[in-house]
Amino acid sequence: MTRRNAWLLVALVAANLVLFLLHLLVGPVPLDVGDALAALFDGADGAGRVVRSVRLPEALTAVLAGSGLAVCGLLMQTLFRNPLAGPSVLGLSSGASLGVAVLMLARPLWLLAWMPAEFAVIVGAFVGAMAVLALIMLADKRMGDGVALLVVGLMVGYLCGAIIDVLQVAGPEGALKGFVLWGMGSFGGVVNERLPLLAAVVLPGLFVALWCMKALNALLLGETYAASLGVDVPRTRRTIMWTTGLLAGSITAFCGPIAFLGLATPHVARGLCRTSDHTTLLPITLLTGASLALCCDLIIKVPGAAGLPLNAITALLGAPVVAWVLWSGKRWARTA
Amino acid sequence: MKAPLSTEALAVGYPGRRLVERVDIALRPGELVALIGVNGGGKSTLLHTLAGLHPPLAGKVRSLEAEIGTLSAVERARRMALVLTGRPAAGLMDVRTLVAMGRQPWTGHFGRLTEDDHRIIDGALQAVDVVHLAGRQLRELSDGEAQRVMIARALAQDTPVMLLDEPMAFLDLVNRLRLLRTLRQLAHDRQKAVLLSTHDLQSALDLCDRLLLIHDGRLWNGTPADAVVSGVLEALFSGEGLRFDPATRSFRAS
Repeated sequence: MTRRNAWLLVALVAANLVLFLLHLLVGPVPLDVGDALAALFDGADGAGRVVRSVRLPEALTAVLAGSGLAVCGLLMQTLFRNPLAGPSVLGLSSGASLGVAVLMLARPLWLLAWMPAEFAVIVGAFVGAMAVLALIMLADKRMGDGVALLVVGLMVGYLCGAIIDVLQVAGPEGALKGFVLWGMGSFGGVVNERLPLLAAVVLPGLFVALWCMKALNALLLGETYAASLGVDVPRTRRTIMWTTGLLAGSITAFCGPIAFLGLATPHVARGLCRTSDHTTLLPITLLTGASLALCCDLIIKVPGAAGLPLNAITALLGAPVVAWVLWSGKRWARTA
Repeated sequence: MKAPLSTEALAVGYPGRRLVERVDIALRPGELVALIGVNGGGKSTLLHTLAGLHPPLAGKVRSLEAEIGTLSAVERARRMALVLTGRPAAGLMDVRTLVAMGRQPWTGHFGRLTEDDHRIIDGALQAVDVVHLAGRQLRELSDGEAQRVMIARALAQDTPVMLLDEPMAFLDLVNRLRLLRTLRQLAHDRQKAVLLSTHDLQSALDLCDRLLLIHDGRLWNGTPADAVVSGVLEALFSGEGLRFDPATRSFRAS
């Protein structure tokens, strides 16, 4: 890592800390720094409850989900050698949504009977995400064309959306509201009790991604070069696939299908550190993802913007990045 | 002494489609060998099979004493480096970082480079004369420069054997000869066994130490001088509207 990028890393850590702190202050009950810190460490009063049981878990969720989705996007962009790959564009989020919809709306009782509901949502999302990922990998092998792959991803997304629509009409009234809210995306739905479960999936996923940095670099040159450099390509592909499916599936289960964060963040990170070398790019992407998620969530928490769905903000910020990647075609098409 | 790369009754191709068979060759240290044959004749497949990246249909590929299939991916990468046609879309990566990737089989889990690694990378950049390009991006380079960089990467891998799949495909005559001279020098000076596949028979006759010709599913193996007098070259392209003239060592339209 160059000296410049080492400083960038430090700056991103600092930015994350500041954003995290801001997160504890902003909301319906504004707090100042002293109050928030006091509440964080010894508050049983009202402010303490707000910070410790509402704002802290939400901020932690944003950090986990943001970094997880960003790393997921980077892994997919490197694996498919396609700058437009990401969990939402390639239909992973849609697959996860479908899995959740089947469990929440169709309620297959034989399945739910032996599984706690929260666990079932994760399993549904994970199975949905993995199924779509397997399909995409198959399509990638067959077609070997980036744009065609993207179209397949979009079609899978539409298809899942259509099935979800059918389930919504047929599903019970009460479950429908819950599902629609979940579909808007939110970092606020993960309460303290469930946070360890999210962390238990996301943290190992991030660790595995960091563990694979050298092989990911070799894969930038293509699978033949990677194999000639001593990378066990099939095993690496499998590892990346499982990691991607677990990250996208679990984060979607807990926070809803969050659009664009996974696709856009690696491009922002590349713009910041100006290299595709994963030993630099991966940590930078991870931290940028956490910052962007905290930013987006802060925007919808500012009084006056309350009630805005998280997905509206991530799309507002993310869609232009995608457009820009396509627009500047040649230069960025090769930077995956 | 055992050859750094040898085959025994090797047959290559795909299930149901045998491309080349009964291949018994040995690459010796310090020689530049050209693999020549018509399109679709199995050059690439043979090269990939020798590199251990494609399973042989029958027979064996050996690296020194070991059979190639029994080596781990990393052990294989320490014995053989590969260069492919054209340039990979390597993303935002400067030439030095790219060449440094050649060190992957030798570095630790996270690929940290030691002083020795840096010295070897510098040496590789110097050997193919691309030191001045070290800070540039691969996609900004000309085809000739990019191919030299990919060879520097293979050189940094520090292997006794280097295999190149049509490295001169996109190059003009001047750059083809320059590249071949560089490879010849690397083979002779550093005692590497260098095998490249090419369509450029003329340059191969002039600069390579030995030729391997794929003809009718068999491999002809000999020196350029033998190839000229043996009649194998006429046979190779007979019926293609070409005639080989031994006096000028070149093909003429007939």
